[in-house]
Amino acid sequence: MKISKVLITAAGRNQRTLPLQTLVDRDGVSRTALAIVLEEALAAGVEKIGVVVHPGDQAAYAAAAGGHAGRLEFVEQREPLGYGHAVWCGREFVGDSPFLLMVGDHVYVSALESGCARQLVEVAQREACSVSAVQATHESQLPFYGAIGGRRVPGQTGLYEVTEVLEKPTPTEAEQRLIVPGQRAGRYLCFFGMHVLTGTVMEVLGRNVALAKGGGGVHLSSSLREVASRERYLAFETAGRRYDIGAKYGLLTAQLALALAGRDREEVLSGLVEMLAQRSR
Amino acid sequence: MGNQEQTMNIPALLEQITSDQPEVRNRSLDEALEGATSADLLEAADALEGFRRQSDNLYERVRALFYLQALHRYHLPRQLAEEGGGGAGLVPFEGFAQLLRRRFEEAVEAFLEQQRREGPSDGISSALTSAYQRLAFQTLADQVRRSVRMVRGNQWMFRMGHPEDQPLRIRGELLKPCEDGTYPILREQTPVRMDLTHSAWSDIFFLGMDYPEGARVLNISVDLGVHGRDAAPRPPVSAWLRVLDEPVLRLTSVDLGATADLESLADVFDFAKDHLGLLKAAVIASGLVPPGIEGSGHSLAHLLERMAGPGRGLEVVSCVNDIPKGSRLAVSTNLLGSLISVCMRATGQASSLTGGLGESERRLVLARALLGEWLGGSGGGWQDSGGVWPGIKLIQGEPVSEGDPEWGVSRGRLMPSHHVFGRDEIPESARRALQDSLVVVHGGMAQNVGPILEMVTEKYLLRSKAEWQGRADALGLLGEVIDALRRGDIRALGAATTRNFRGPIQAIIPWATNAFTERLIAQAEAAFGSDFWGFWMLGGMSGGGMGFIFAPGRKAEAQERLKEIMVRTKREMEQALPFAMDPVVFDYAINENGTWADLLTGADALMPAHYYALTVPGLLRRDRHALAATRRAELDKFGTAARSRPELRGMVQTLFDVMLPRGRTEQLVGASLVELLERNGFDRAQHEQVRADLREGRIGLAQNRLRADTRIEDVREGDVTTWGRLACDVGLRDEGAAALARGEVAVVTLAAGAGSRWTQGAGVCKALHPFSQIAGRHRTFLEAHLAKSRRVADAYGAAPQHVFTTSYLTHGPTAEHLKRVGFYGYPGTVLLSEGRSVGLRLVPTVRDLRFQWEEMPQQVLDVQQQKVRESLRAALMGWAESVGEGRDYTDNVPLQCMHPVGHFFEVPNLLRNGALARLLTERPGLTTLMLHNIDTLGADIDPSLLAWHRRSGATLTFEVVTRRLEDRGGGLARVNGAVRLVEGLAMPREEDEFRLTHYNSMTTWIDIDRFLAIFGLDRAAVLEGDEERITGAIRDVASRLPTYVTLKEVKKRWGHGQEDVFPVAQFEKLWSDLTAVPGIDSRFVVVPRMRGQQLKDQAQLDGWLRDGSAAYLESIGVW
Repeated sequence: MKISKVLITAAGRNQRTLPLQTLVDRDGVSRTALAIVLEEALAAGVEKIGVVVHPGDQAAYAAAAGGHAGRLEFVEQREPLGYGHAVWCGREFVGDSPFLLMVGDHVYVSALESGCARQLVEVAQREACSVSAVQATHESQLPFYGAIGGRRVPGQTGLYEVTEVLEKPTPTEAEQRLIVPGQRAGRYLCFFGMHVLTGTVMEVLGRNVALAKGGGGVHLSSSLREVASRERYLAFETAGRRYDIGAKYGLLTAQLALALAGRDREEVLSGLVEMLAQRSR
Repeated sequence: MGNQEQTMNIPALLEQITSDQPEVRNRSLDEALEGATSADLLEAADALEGFRRQSDNLYERVRALFYLQALHRYHLPRQLAEEGGGGAGLVPFEGFAQLLRRRFEEAVEAFLEQQRREGPSDGISSALTSAYQRLAFQTLADQVRRSVRMVRGNQWMFRMGHPEDQPLRIRGELLKPCEDGTYPILREQTPVRMDLTHSAWSDIFFLGMDYPEGARVLNISVDLGVHGRDAAPRPPVSAWLRVLDEPVLRLTSVDLGATADLESLADVFDFAKDHLGLLKAAVIASGLVPPGIEGSGHSLAHLLERMAGPGRGLEVVSCVNDIPKGSRLAVSTNLLGSLISVCMRATGQASSLTGGLGESERRLVLARALLGEWLGGSGGGWQDSGGVWPGIKLIQGEPVSEGDPEWGVSRGRLMPSHHVFGRDEIPESARRALQDSLVVVHGGMAQNVGPILEMVTEKYLLRSKAEWQGRADALGLLGEVIDALRRGDIRALGAATTRNFRGPIQAIIPWATNAFTERLIAQAEAAFGSDFWGFWMLGGMSGGGMGFIFAPGRKAEAQERLKEIMVRTKREMEQALPFAMDPVVFDYAINENGTWADLLTGADALMPAHYYALTVPGLLRRDRHALAATRRAELDKFGTAARSRPELRGMVQTLFDVMLPRGRTEQLVGASLVELLERNGFDRAQHEQVRADLREGRIGLAQNRLRADTRIEDVREGDVTTWGRLACDVGLRDEGAAALARGEVAVVTLAAGAGSRWTQGAGVCKALHPFSQIAGRHRTFLEAHLAKSRRVADAYGAAPQHVFTTSYLTHGPTAEHLKRVGFYGYPGTVLLSEGRSVGLRLVPTVRDLRFQWEEMPQQVLDVQQQKVRESLRAALMGWAESVGEGRDYTDNVPLQCMHPVGHFFEVPNLLRNGALARLLTERPGLTTLMLHNIDTLGADIDPSLLAWHRRSGATLTFEVVTRRLEDRGGGLARVNGAVRLVEGLAMPREEDEFRLTHYNSMTTWIDIDRFLAIFGLDRAAVLEGDEERITGAIRDVASRLPTYVTLKEVKKRWGHGQEDVFPVAQFEKLWSDLTAVPGIDSRFVVVPRMRGQQLKDQAQLDGWLRDGSAAYLESIGVW
């Protein structure tokens, strides 16, 4: 299975300007969040880039993409009908082939040499099925994410066969339905904002969009649950962390994470220590 | 097994516990221990003790504990007595103290050590019985609680300890204000449940978890109305929730008339502070304020902000449509379920905001209700949340499987499964037919079912033959009931439920029925003949909620007649049995929805009508500008609605009544108390002195005690005589028999008290309580005592005169009762000796409350219950302080405000009221009185004892028994060298009592002439009846006796069968203190347990029946 396309969603109502924010990357270079995401995707080996945007946002995104602007193919989401709908808007761009799906407002810091997206793509190619990147998340964060339940794939570390997917579950539901052996109490495998999906997903999304009859609330999670019941669908615990720049202090945290993982680590650290020392005086 | 040569087959006994084979597992303990000697029994006890300590399996351990308990309660004492063995057997105080601290293992160890040292005895066995029993229940309760916590969906709530970690959010629909500025209201309406089969209490958790195959009930969700009051049945309980613009948690119980704004987490976890415990339990169990956050020190406002947004709070309201407590319809559990549902919906823990719930959501409500009941310190059965489900369902235990939290722990799961019957299984016509025939009533009795549930558990684990058969029969009857219902054959259904009640239910628990129920059934049979199709017991015991099944053509008539029969029967029995309210007949309808929610918006967003009666007066008194905008808007909306909506008609009048003081009625109540006091010889001057002494600390609980340097020792040989020796003396017996034939003895039965322990302060006459079936029917204490005197009459040819002493509380009802039953056909004189002294109860001092609750050793409860108790006690101390320490306690019905002044006065009263004069006039040869307590059922006029007392020349001969653990409250001692009885409250130190071998049975033989001499009187003076002289003489003797302050619990009834219990202070002088008065020759004789034991608590009844005491009583009376 070869993954040559990435679809990046950036049409969300409160999300549209986030990928345009500027951050200093691990190499000490100022870039937009979008550019950092694109680097991550390209490092995973994809060749074609599709970006789902709100109508009229194309120019701003092209500008934010820097040197990659020419490679972008824009897809418009004309109505805000949910995340699942946004993905479905990219159906013509991805065609029948499996693709990498990323969100435009997350920045990833890998714990390994290879980036998070690359780790995911490698697993998906090896396993030849849909794979979602997940991260063990404390239950207090459940109101913000989709989460999965499933069982470990024998002999593999951090790989799970998905049996259940719930969007923003209550802890009550999570405890009852999102059981994953080996997880710490009160932690669930929540989506990482990064998936490799097969054509089946588009097919299921298509049906759900039709069922919604122009109404909103087409979630990716409910479609993924359906996918899990139809074909092999895995979750992969990526070695790395995700930073949602849309959260409170999200941009700041993402910047710190990038800086502490990069070339300027010493400089940033000493700056922080100095600030802390002054504060304690 | 069983003859002298054979010893116990220990492996077979243990196999009964461990075996998977039903035929082995279900053998009874009695069978296994049949014919065992005391040595065999001790060997078996050793083996069981070893086994239970090493077993990993919960139920094996628990079963071994119950075996040990039964062995020490029933088998060993009987065997020791038969073999004439067993030492005096003091119970070590150290072990007792461990029991109080709930350190049951240590207590067992202390008692066993004593047994090893001193040999087995009745006393030590009684202590081991208690320790093993409580350890067993503790083990079971701990397991249920662990399972409740481990239910998936409940676990996270125990982990959450910081508001920032709260993952729940209030749903958007509730956060958006309506156009008028008020928030929408989410309303949950829930039916209650009826249990149509009563499968022998198989819904007790322990049973379901050990024997899931046997845990099955047919449970129906019903709407209710009170017949004649409500227009139509409707869901009886409802829960209401809305968002507030203030950062508080406002809880309101409309039915209990309580409301509070909670501002701190500590308030939420303070269950007994007010009447909002159930709402608090619901808010916690639904995860809004998760149990894990208790004691975290964080702020409630922060938590509310996390869920509902900055500055916002929540309001939760509960409402019961005036359905009385004790209906056996699980009203409170279903209300808890309703509250939990509404909270879960509001926070997205149920998929739909309105309408019904899905099966998995209902199961979660059940799990949460279990959690809530545990938090609130109560506990229901697993079928009690049945109202959450729709229609008619079969609820059954589920065998455990791998992956369940209970796997490897118990045979069954904590949570049962529910099968809701469809119309294809039970057709509409059958449902209709059931409703056309069944009359559901509340008989008005309110009783504590707790002891019954414990008995059921114990008997289940012991597998006693008749009871185990009963359980099997009950299961068979369940099939029959379901079949009858499928066919719509209600007559057959009625026959089956009646057989269930008559057969299995009473085989397991004889106390499930009572004289009231039996009379109702007999009257229904008489009135309706073959159109009365059957009786059906609801819940744990009868007398409260019950069902009567009639031919459909006569149902309407039956509803009217039953009401009439119940009210009349209640009137006749209300002095004898604890009634909390007048009986009612319910209208009901099967609810096919289960719990159901709707969202009220705009003009419809109003709380239940009574909510406004509760809250509006307070709001109107406040400055309108000080109210939050939403409250102002709501007041406006309510104002408009009150003028236009029919359901709010009369609200203006209600508000008016609430807001105006009600001085007149209070005056009326006050007047009747004053009148009663006067009529009963209340001494105001003495009362004021007592009050002053109490307030200034001259008297009080601490002052009851003898001086700390008093030497308390056990009596020596020679200080007491044993009855065994007297009983074989033929000469004594003949001498006594001759005196009896000459009619020289009268019996005085003390029947002045209300038996506070007997009905937990309900204030009924214990003497009139038809406490047990003897020789085929329920008998009162009065009848039991007369039956013994009748046997003496038959045996010796002269009927002893029999006096019952009474008080203001018991005189009228006792006289009336005896007249109604024709003095039970007693062939001799029966007299009532009316009490002539009464006291007025006082609000206790905080000092005494503290002494009682904090300084006296007392039973620590299970952690959660203890928390509830401590919170309640803090509230009661607050009550005493705010009402005024030492003030007259008048805030109750007059009879609950007055108190008898101690049994010392009972015999002198015979002198004052002329009763003794009448006895002497009738029988001038009368020389001796045998005085005994109403609850000393084994006491009778034994000729040998009589003769021994007469020969001894003593004034008073007291009968004592060897002490068991439960015999608390003093004993026979050498006090600074002098032999006398010491009351428990006079013991300088708690542990002193545990060094005393003998306990006072209160039965006293009195030599009339010598007794009169103490008062400076003689027969002539008594016959002459000079009241002034007699009263003066009594006052003189009384002044030589100590006055004790005691705290009693009284119930205050209010609302619809609700009860609160208050501690009150009162004063007593006690009979046994006569033994300390110089110059009174007192002797002491040790009598057998069966003769001297007292029946103080209804929970003792089952053991009394099983250990042969009931049979003993039957054998010494003529019935």
